Amino acid sequence: MSPTTRALATCGVLALAITACSSADDGADGGSASGSGSAAVAPQAAPTGAVTETVDVAATDTTCVAAKTALPAGVVGFKLKNDGKEPTWLYLYRADKTVVGERANIAPGASGDLVVELPAGTYQLACKPNHEGDGIRQEITVSGELAAQTDPRVTRAVDEYRAYVETQVDDTIAKTEDFVAAVKKGDVKKAKALYAPSRVGWERIEPVAEAFGDIDPKVDLREADLEDGQKWTGWHRLEKALWEAPKTVKKEAEYGDVLLADLDALKKRLPTAEITASSMANGAKELLDEVATGKVTGEEEAFSHTDLWDFKANVNGAFKVYQLLTPIVMERNPGLVTTLDTEFAELDALLAKYGKGDGFVSYTELSKEQVKELADAVNALAEPLSGLAAVAAG
Amino acid sequence: MADLSRRRLLTGAGIAVGAGAAAVAGAALVNQDRPHPRAEPVLAAASGGVIPFHGAHQAGIATPVQDRLHFAAFDLSTDSPEKVAAMLKAWTAAAVQMTSAQEVGRGATGAALAPPDDTGEAIGLPASRLTLTVGFGPSFFDRLKLPRPAGFEELPRFRGDRLDPARSGGDVCVQACADDPQVAVHAVRNLVRIGFGTASVRWSQLGFGKTSSTTPEAQTPRNLMGFKDGTNNIAATDRKKLDDHVWVGDEGPQWLRGGSYLVARRIRMHIETWDRTSLKEQEDIFGRTKREGAPYGGTREHDPVAVEKLPADSHVRLAHPDSLGGVTILRRGYSFTDGTDGLGRLDAGLFFLAYQRDLNKGFIPIQRALAAKDLLNEYIQHVGSGVYACPGGVASGSYWGEALLNQA
Repeated sequence: MSPTTRALATCGVLALAITACSSADDGADGGSASGSGSAAVAPQAAPTGAVTETVDVAATDTTCVAAKTALPAGVVGFKLKNDGKEPTWLYLYRADKTVVGERANIAPGASGDLVVELPAGTYQLACKPNHEGDGIRQEITVSGELAAQTDPRVTRAVDEYRAYVETQVDDTIAKTEDFVAAVKKGDVKKAKALYAPSRVGWERIEPVAEAFGDIDPKVDLREADLEDGQKWTGWHRLEKALWEAPKTVKKEAEYGDVLLADLDALKKRLPTAEITASSMANGAKELLDEVATGKVTGEEEAFSHTDLWDFKANVNGAFKVYQLLTPIVMERNPGLVTTLDTEFAELDALLAKYGKGDGFVSYTELSKEQVKELADAVNALAEPLSGLAAVAAG
Repeated sequence: MADLSRRRLLTGAGIAVGAGAAAVAGAALVNQDRPHPRAEPVLAAASGGVIPFHGAHQAGIATPVQDRLHFAAFDLSTDSPEKVAAMLKAWTAAAVQMTSAQEVGRGATGAALAPPDDTGEAIGLPASRLTLTVGFGPSFFDRLKLPRPAGFEELPRFRGDRLDPARSGGDVCVQACADDPQVAVHAVRNLVRIGFGTASVRWSQLGFGKTSSTTPEAQTPRNLMGFKDGTNNIAATDRKKLDDHVWVGDEGPQWLRGGSYLVARRIRMHIETWDRTSLKEQEDIFGRTKREGAPYGGTREHDPVAVEKLPADSHVRLAHPDSLGGVTILRRGYSFTDGTDGLGRLDAGLFFLAYQRDLNKGFIPIQRALAAKDLLNEYIQHVGSGVYACPGGVASGSYWGEALLNQA
């Protein structure tokens, strides 16, 4: 499966959990209230549970129609499609006129999501073309009980993981800036040294980034995965230039800017990535799948042969997830914790044998036997790790 | 449980009726969950049958030879006997399930969020007479610091050997035989998966057509040279011969009694040059006629072989017990074809599997005699090799190698 199709498949599976998949806009501010004029604005924190109901809202400059107005209690995703000529704002009010949530400035032709957790009660949904007046309103009735509160340990694990993901993206951006600067100067030696480190943050959180299906192919597509006529951007384009045609590197500098812009877009969209315990655990498994199919074969870094850097980063990313979920897993399946502790330690020890300076030896220095040993260790870890999601989900 | 018994009765898998019940009981021991029969009741004609897993000897040695093979040799990635024992225990549990047409563990469609325990490609297929046979190479004992049976070591080098280390040796081997290749491959695949972290595949071989038979009434199958080469094999019913030549007796350690030594050889055939050889020369090389398989001096396949009537360096004459002071082995070979070799030549031949009580009275003297002067050597080459000590049969509630590993 190419990275693109895999990312799309992930979106299919997690479509309800990851609002970013269905959102067509690019970094538009959907968060804080922007001078709504309401007397009491008390937007709730973003819900962490999975969306239990999705409601399409068809809006024009003069109409606003929700596909459903009677809903069960739970996490509801309102998905507004603006078919008007003016930008519009989407609001949900409680009966006491306080704001449950809003989605600002949805451009003509665009869609925007508002995800809220709704206990039973009566609400008013409003579309406000041009953010004027009271907007076009309709009543929404919610009935039934909210599901039990999420395990606070899960919430904590998810919060910590979100913070980890943000740190890693910041790290990758900072190091990629240095890398791109060296490319622009035509300093081939320095650029080569900065290439692998710039990818570490990305490789640690790749499954989260893949949830934004369009970013992954822009920044991490390999030449071998290009389709006819597809434009090749991202790290590997620069990798090829550096190692295969270093004299042309300066000409490739514009691709450095594109890479940085794409990573910035990723950063902007992170807050909308809905992360759950099971999506984290599946992400950990996907990281090891990446190792097993691309890194251990040396296909990922076809020109630089820095595969072991990515390898280590993938394993680190998987370990982070496991570490955060350990308290939960320990309670439900202590045997799995013992196994995973052992296998992570063994893989780490094995990788450490190939450490060199701050990084690793070239993939080309590995013998066939050493590659087999690494592959065995990855299989030994990935097989039990594939059971993590089911345990984490309870 | 009830539905399984019923299914067995419906399928009329005769051989399984008695001991099959023990196999099912064993499965229940290792798997407290509801058993997942892999197949709905099937017609007797299509049943394929169940060969009992438990018994005095491992199935897959003297039991009737099935049509298909998936053989795999593993290297241990640990030197902990406890870890190996745990794997063999899990392997045995899975083998009990698979040989009785059940799904492994909690089945191929268990919890939605977890990968299924069973890989699923055998759903709906009958047992297909699946047998799984395990053996331990000399390196297994060294690695786990267990006492090797006396005299059990790697085979000596034979003249003409061109062994590829990547297709030789291994700490543990699994021989999966079945009438359906999908069933044999499914079995090995699931054991490989269970073994991750303890053992990994070193090499493996698929075989597609048995080249010898342990049921004397059957027609001897042909090898890829077009000849019948297993006519005088030891029959599954010949208890005396099996005891004398196949099953390890009191001379072996307790865990090996009722077991046997397995030799596996990947023998490449130079098919293209063979096919350019005259019929007379082909027949002279074997010492048998091609169509009937009659030994020189006879007219029917099963006519007694009079070695003195066969060409001096013919294959059958050199390998015959009468030429070797009564030495004989039980053969279970399969033809293989692994595509082409890059020079347009078929990478094909015989995957030779032989069981014997004593290697020094079995394969070794036979192969010495053949390697020295067999006329066939011009058309074959031994390119892979392994030797394994296969423990005795597994009792219900026990597991492969339990008695051996308990010494650790």
